[in-house]
Amino acid sequence: MAKTIGQEFVKGLWEEIPPFRLVLGLCPTLAVTKSVENGIGMGLATTFVLVCANLLVSILSGIIPSKIRIACFIIIIATFVTVVELMMQAYAYQLFQNLGIFIPLIVVNCIVLGRAEAFASKNRVIPSLADGLGIGVGFTLSLTAISAVRECLGNGTLLGYSVFGPAFEPFSFMVEAPGAFICLGLLLCIMNIIGQK
Amino acid sequence: MGDYMVLIISSMLINNITLAQYLGICPFIGTSKKMETATGMAGAVVFVMTLAAIITWCIDTYFLKTLDIEYLRTIAFILVIASLVQFVEMFLKKSIPALYAGLGIFLPLITTNCAVMGVCLINIQEEYKFLEALTASISYALGFGLALILFAGVRERVILGRVPKPLQDTSIGLVTAGMLALAFIGFRGLV
Repeated sequence: MAKTIGQEFVKGLWEEIPPFRLVLGLCPTLAVTKSVENGIGMGLATTFVLVCANLLVSILSGIIPSKIRIACFIIIIATFVTVVELMMQAYAYQLFQNLGIFIPLIVVNCIVLGRAEAFASKNRVIPSLADGLGIGVGFTLSLTAISAVRECLGNGTLLGYSVFGPAFEPFSFMVEAPGAFICLGLLLCIMNIIGQK
Repeated sequence: MGDYMVLIISSMLINNITLAQYLGICPFIGTSKKMETATGMAGAVVFVMTLAAIITWCIDTYFLKTLDIEYLRTIAFILVIASLVQFVEMFLKKSIPALYAGLGIFLPLITTNCAVMGVCLINIQEEYKFLEALTASISYALGFGLALILFAGVRERVILGRVPKPLQDTSIGLVTAGMLALAFIGFRGLV
């Protein structure tokens, strides 16, 4: 437990980076990574929920009886998801439409509940904040990486700008469901190869 | 009647909840290593998903919409699903012990299965009527079960093969799921 706040933050970026190291939260990972824009949007929304939920859970962990803690955590998470949902509807309507039901589904993203249960309920406020922020940023980075690969190959664009020029024939398999599964599987394999060294 | 057939086929095969809509991937990968656990999970999901979809549909239509508090939908739904799972677990333990022994450990896992919540939200989003919502949820649940059992069958074979070390476990699992999803794309010609 002698980890510094910096270490708590950094571990979310490589050691425990979701969804590669912690194989949790695969559904939004596969569903929203058709374009980089959606990937970053989803990552930021999840980060916000993670940080806020971790903060509140670590503050309240002394008060919540341990028998009903999961239900309490879920309510806390659901509250912040509703906040994100309403904010996105007001300020980023296009993104809200693109992400569709995956915004309310952040509630059942195992990463958020997992961090609340495994970390925030046992640690103090500041480390919990760092942990939430680290895991959130890690998740955003992974989503960006996956969506960059898929958008590049599937559409020939990156953030809407053409990468390969007009002669490129889009590899539309990558933006479909099978491409998502295979792309994530192969990226996981690359992570394993790098991790072994 | 024809409309319902189309609805059944499109929810079960064409828009398969896991392989086309990316919902419920965690249990799909997690419980598919053995055929036994896969069938157990499939049964539990069919049971809970149908019940949850009906109850959340009623709550949304008769309660949230009439009182004009639709922004509470996310919180209301997750609470309903969590308590429903708990309730079903207690009920089965008491009155149908044989079924409880079969589904047992998979029931609590369903609370965080996003496919259940996803189907509830899809029913609302598509503005299905009661009977349509019922048909769609049963078909979605059966589609999930079908995909899971097929996938478990394939995975039991893959384990026997010589998989390169970095690709092992989840990684090859995802690639296999990709192949299965490719096969399901073939159903698009049906309707």
